[in-house]
Amino acid sequence: MDHSPQKRMLVGALSTLGALGALTFSASALAQEIDHAKAAIEFEKFRAEMEDSNPSELFELKGEELWKAKRGPKNVSLAESCDLGQGIGKIEGAYVQMPRYFADADAVMDAERRIVWCMVEKQGFKFDDIAKKPFATDTFTPDATNLVTYVAAHSKNMKIAVPLKDPKVKEAWEIGKEMAAYRAGPYDFSCNTCHGTDGKRIRMQDLPNLATAAGAIKGVQGWPGYRMTGGIQLTHQWRMTDCFRQQRFPAPKYTSDAIAYLLTYMIGNANGQVYKGPGIKR
Amino acid sequence: MADPMKIRAAMKGDVCEIRVLMSHAMETGMRKDSDGKTIPAHFIQTLTVALNGKAVVSGQAAPSVSRNPVFGFKVKGAKSGDKVTVSWVDNKGDKRSDEATVA
Ligand code: HEC
Repeated sequence: MDHSPQKRMLVGALSTLGALGALTFSASALAQEIDHAKAAIEFEKFRAEMEDSNPSELFELKGEELWKAKRGPKNVSLAESCDLGQGIGKIEGAYVQMPRYFADADAVMDAERRIVWCMVEKQGFKFDDIAKKPFATDTFTPDATNLVTYVAAHSKNMKIAVPLKDPKVKEAWEIGKEMAAYRAGPYDFSCNTCHGTDGKRIRMQDLPNLATAAGAIKGVQGWPGYRMTGGIQLTHQWRMTDCFRQQRFPAPKYTSDAIAYLLTYMIGNANGQVYKGPGIKR
Repeated sequence: MADPMKIRAAMKGDVCEIRVLMSHAMETGMRKDSDGKTIPAHFIQTLTVALNGKAVVSGQAAPSVSRNPVFGFKVKGAKSGDKVTVSWVDNKGDKRSDEATVA
């Protein structure tokens, strides 16, 4: 039997990185940059290989069950009640056309925010219960995470098309842009401190420049995604929340306006590029 | 009950390539939770692959295999339309069996 290819390839990737690490000790600062680029390419190859059997699909399966099942105090399914912008129950292409403005909620909503809204408004779940444990741990995956993964999978290989022509969405984009530039906190960081110029990185992680089309798509691709570190499924909402932490900002409220605005800015900047579906992250 | 597997099976030349993605915690029994208590071992112990009901692979897995593992098998003597059944049993006696058709 072919024992866990994940493990085998990881060993391969680690030994490649190890060899590069040894080289850089004797090399100049310039050579280090080059080696870093090489290592990043090698890692990307490894990640792409893993994408072929992506555990995201397991969460997609659970999400499909949850989408179709009658649930909650009102005992209705999302499939028969939830409009993600394409009509009730329609999920084809919905993910790449969000965030968008929803008149029934009078808010600009990203996919996860909208799904949670439907769980509360249509199925009767309590928001506070959902928001208590909004993100996956190694023993628990929230329903909303599974649902977002399912919905996102139905936008695979479609072009990102955030409706920026809608004045409400455009306004959200503008606020998101301001937020990305807003400096505060103990280190006076903004998103742009880390994500506003090309070619920055922290340790081995390249930091995409979210203001550019090429950088913004990097911030969209692979979310929601399976994180190999820890083996858990995480969403864009989580990514934003974790970056607030890295920025030493107070934690934003789950599915808040703030996160929707930032996502509108970032995903809007990636408009026109192809989304590859739920992914796999380091 | 355990969550479903995702099985892909396709002919490549005269070999059938099977890829199975399993949903399982695969706890090693070596980790501790935030209260310092050992998390009990919980892992897939045996797995089998059958082609049209006849076992073609049978194996044992161990706690060193990752969470939500992926397994790959190459089987000769299959053809498209055959039924692949993958089954596992874990150390707590929990089990799961799923099917796919060879493409
Ligand atoms: C202190 C530096 C820092 C700040 C400030 C920061 N981030 Fe990040 N960001 C990171 C790091 C580090 C990563 C992780 C990269 C990885 O794990 O590969 C990351 C990852 C991301 C990603 C995912 C990129 C990918 O490849 O998928 C997005 C999107 C993102 N940040 C957006 C933001 C936004 C929006 C803000 C402002 C609220 C922000 N970040 C603030 C350091 C920062």
